[in-house]
Amino acid sequence: MLAVIGPNGAGKTSILNCINGFYQPQNGEMIFEDRSIYRLRPHQIARLGIGRTFQNIELFAGLSVLDNLMAARHIHLKRGALAGAFYFGPARREEIRHREVVEDMIDLLEMEPYRKKVVGLLPYGVRKRVELGRALALEPKLLLLDEPMAGMNLEEKEDMARFIIDIHELKNIPIILVEHDMEVVMDIAERLVVLDFGKKIAEGEPEEIRQNPLVIRAYLGDEESVTDQ
Amino acid sequence: MRPCGTFDERYGQDMAIFRIKRHWGLLIGALVLLYIFPLFGSYYFISLINHLSITIIIVLGLQLVSGYCGQISFGQAAFMAIGAYTSAILTGKAGLSFFIALPISGIVAGLIGLGGGAPSLRIKGFYLAMATIAIHFVVMWLIPHLEITGKTQGLHPPAPQIGSFVFDSDERIYYIIITVMLLMAYGARNMVRTRIGRAFVAIRDNDLAAEVMGIELYRYKLLAFFISCFYAGIAGSLWAHWIQVVHPEQFTLLHALNYIGMLIIGGGGSIPGVFFGVIFLRLLEEGVMFAAPLLAAVFPWIGIHPAASMSVSVFGIVLIIFLIFEPRGLAHRWEIFKSSYRLYPFSH
Repeated sequence: MLAVIGPNGAGKTSILNCINGFYQPQNGEMIFEDRSIYRLRPHQIARLGIGRTFQNIELFAGLSVLDNLMAARHIHLKRGALAGAFYFGPARREEIRHREVVEDMIDLLEMEPYRKKVVGLLPYGVRKRVELGRALALEPKLLLLDEPMAGMNLEEKEDMARFIIDIHELKNIPIILVEHDMEVVMDIAERLVVLDFGKKIAEGEPEEIRQNPLVIRAYLGDEESVTDQ
Repeated sequence: MRPCGTFDERYGQDMAIFRIKRHWGLLIGALVLLYIFPLFGSYYFISLINHLSITIIIVLGLQLVSGYCGQISFGQAAFMAIGAYTSAILTGKAGLSFFIALPISGIVAGLIGLGGGAPSLRIKGFYLAMATIAIHFVVMWLIPHLEITGKTQGLHPPAPQIGSFVFDSDERIYYIIITVMLLMAYGARNMVRTRIGRAFVAIRDNDLAAEVMGIELYRYKLLAFFISCFYAGIAGSLWAHWIQVVHPEQFTLLHALNYIGMLIIGGGGSIPGVFFGVIFLRLLEEGVMFAAPLLAAVFPWIGIHPAASMSVSVFGIVLIIFLIFEPRGLAHRWEIFKSSYRLYPFSH
């Protein structure tokens, strides 16, 4: 589990946007599973198995929790419009098979009571969880989480941290986590990358980062420049 | 519509639309009633149901592209015209059977829709609405100027025929029209609850997130547009062989606006809503037709053609009332009714 941290405007979300194809980097190279993903469109990158959540919840507000997760299994379902229109036979079997997979994820994230609720009406903390579930329903080989704990209270944060660790350990999915909450990051991340003004200033385990002078300066400001004034 | 105390044991059960025996009973009863209706129904009601069914098919198509996929289209009347003319040409000039011409006219309307949609669907919202109005006017300009469409004279397609049996009256073609309507409704209802339907709603609700989930936006918008034009084309073909006259003036922008009004009143994003909206607006129009001459007798200053002007203004007023007081349409009322029925006899 890799965490990306840095002050506001350091470019953390921009990195995620580059990885899943919203932004096209001007130079450099992006390799995922020995394959260049540079200049691929977002839906192609999703098909390679990169799932993500957003900082400001971006759910399909008109669909139920169940359908949000089913919609995320889009790339795993094969039946087209015609088979769907007739429903009986292959399309129905496919729906039921994938419904079972989705139910497992609902179990894992403890969302059973909300299964058939329209997500637009759910409380904030639950919607964050639905978004995590939706990213998971894609069965990603790499999961990008953009501030999964933003705006949560302590209890919700603990729940979310538990779910993230569960996903990481039970499903063995590598995770790139962007987060502001230092305590959480130091607790759950195995490796950290620190950004400042779009540049990587440090990388390492939580303990090393805590003592890195460059990091301290980026967060707290330059000691000398303060005393000079 | 489930009474209190029914539970599901398998996912297949939970996903079914008709879940208990009483539902199946109601469904079969309604279908039987619909099919034996011409035996005792009056001519007026039979032709009303014919007209309603054809309108329902068009609005179903509009529901898929606008209500589900969120891409507004004012082109529905034009694509209905394309379907009607294709069918009239194939049966009248090429001598094909109606039953072959029917699916072909749907597909032709769909393909022409793809041609018009390919550039238009790169833009969103207001601009897309303008582009579809442009499509409407291009199509409706071409039809009276081409030789093959009979210019401003229109065409006279023959009645459908199986062997020596000719579907030349309202009662006879009624069976074809309602069968096709039921099939199209069945297809639409299933499409929206499977993979394609979820992709459409995902695009409507959040196109960025839809793309991150692996849904190719442009392709699915085009597919939605194709399907809606296909529905309009089928409706046009049925219309042509029911009325047996196709003429450019049957397909105006006002018709397209009417279909959008039906969608709004019925409720976007709901298949039953299509039925509610179409039936509500059509009955309202019939009511105006009935009331207008009476009103004109009492208030002579209304004008010489009271029904025509009144139905437009009543349509506008009803649409405004719905947008203010029930923006989610009649389908929303239906949902509230269903969920309270589920809890009955308890209050919550």
